[in-house]
Amino acid sequence: MALLDESVRNEVKREFAGLTGKVKLLVFTQEFECDYCAETRALTAELAELSDKVEVEVHDLLASKDLAEKYGADMIPAVVVLGEGDRDCGNRFFGVPAGYEFSSLLEAIKMASSGDSGLSLEAKEALRGLEKPIHIQVFVTLTCPYCPMAVQLAHRCAVGSDLVRADMVEASEFPHLANRYGVYAVPKVVMNEQVSFEGVPSEKAFVDYLLQAAT
Amino acid sequence: MGELKFLISPESGKRLREDHLYELVIVGGGPAGLTAAVYAARKKLDALLVSVDIGGQTLLTADIENYMGYHYISGEELAAKFEDQVKQYPIDIAVGEEVTSLGKEGNDFVLTTSTGKEVRARAVILATGKRSRPLDVPGERELVGRGVSYCAVCDAPLFAGKEVVVIGAGNSGATAVMDLLKIANRIYVVDVLPDWRADPLLVERIAAAGEKVATFFGHEVVRIEGKDRVTGIVLRPRGGGAEVPLPVQGVFIEIGLIPNSDLAAGFLELNEAGEIVVDCRCRTSVPGVFAAGDVTDVPEKQVIIAAGEGAKAALSAYAYLIGQRR
Repeated sequence: MALLDESVRNEVKREFAGLTGKVKLLVFTQEFECDYCAETRALTAELAELSDKVEVEVHDLLASKDLAEKYGADMIPAVVVLGEGDRDCGNRFFGVPAGYEFSSLLEAIKMASSGDSGLSLEAKEALRGLEKPIHIQVFVTLTCPYCPMAVQLAHRCAVGSDLVRADMVEASEFPHLANRYGVYAVPKVVMNEQVSFEGVPSEKAFVDYLLQAAT
Repeated sequence: MGELKFLISPESGKRLREDHLYELVIVGGGPAGLTAAVYAARKKLDALLVSVDIGGQTLLTADIENYMGYHYISGEELAAKFEDQVKQYPIDIAVGEEVTSLGKEGNDFVLTTSTGKEVRARAVILATGKRSRPLDVPGERELVGRGVSYCAVCDAPLFAGKEVVVIGAGNSGATAVMDLLKIANRIYVVDVLPDWRADPLLVERIAAAGEKVATFFGHEVVRIEGKDRVTGIVLRPRGGGAEVPLPVQGVFIEIGLIPNSDLAAGFLELNEAGEIVVDCRCRTSVPGVFAAGDVTDVPEKQVIIAAGEGAKAALSAYAYLIGQRR
């Protein structure tokens, strides 16, 4: 059964009409798929049907171990978003990007296509000063209306700097991580295991946290 | 998997001109603010809409069955439709910015945001809505995000197999219980009043869940316990008596809302509930400042009422600005 109904397909087509560069989604799953893995694979495949600019490559986590390691896909389902020429934008989704996070997936595709983070000039400038890699994990639930704002801010920062990697992590699919980081409210953002906060700060405050995590 | 939802990306401060004197600044992006924006744009006012989010409390409302024109629509769908309509018009929109102060310099109003931006305007509409009311008990503030939650729809999935308590037996408390039913192991419901205040339909659904839900009516919360995370809550019967400790990992507080009127305190007249006092034309105690929606003392907090008030506020602001031009 199709996951995207006619009205959603039309809406996505409108969103994708402006895509300029090619986008590749690497989807990591395994032979005996978890429910969410199957849904992630089906969802991304249906999205790829809606634009000739979007391509999906499905990989088995174990069979494609090297590739998974290269992109830090150490759990499934994982979606890695690559831009034109397979350029790594640093954007990852761990867990199915459905519910409210569906919009984050569309945004990530649009950003990967244009290569533009959409950040303010000040934020872009601040990110240029980064000297050390930053790993952002944004814990979400699919029913949280505020979470996409945090995910998309993190993803923008990853597009804005090659040193930043930003993961959406669906907390209920990865309870061991939710436990480890004490996720009792979403969105919860963890940067380099050093800085963590709940909620959605302004872009400036988010970048300030990021710079703090880099010190 | 859950429904697929479209949401508007935050365009933080992208369309906010700091060195510009706007005719009108609308603060708040819920139904009142968004409707005001459409009306202001149609009057060709040079306007800015500045808000933390787009949709306000409608984003937290699962089902809306009483907004005319829709038999049924979800809160976020309605918010997205409102935003689409606003975006048809060329007004400035700054999402992700919170206005933290409002004052007057000469004839102009000056607003500053949490990111330090300053905006000037000839007239202002405050449509900042309401937010969750805290319990104000020991342990609550320290444990926010550590098991204390004000957003059941957001955080319920994090409490799989856990014991939780919902404070408040009104409609939002009952809805929180419904959100938690399939997820949590055991749900306690606490209210100072002796019975549910929620709609009978919701109460029936909860009763059908059987012993999974236990109620402590006529009880108040003494404190929330825990260091790095919630480990329990302590209740006391209202008329006095022994404390009742409950081992819980989650505390969902659903005891109503308070107006987001801090911005207006000391500048505009507020009522005892902290709501901005407005007349039937949405005028506040300061000429040139208008208010609309849940933040005002207009009775009944409904999407359709907030939208109507937003329209009225924009038209009143327009009339005020025309008067100023003469």
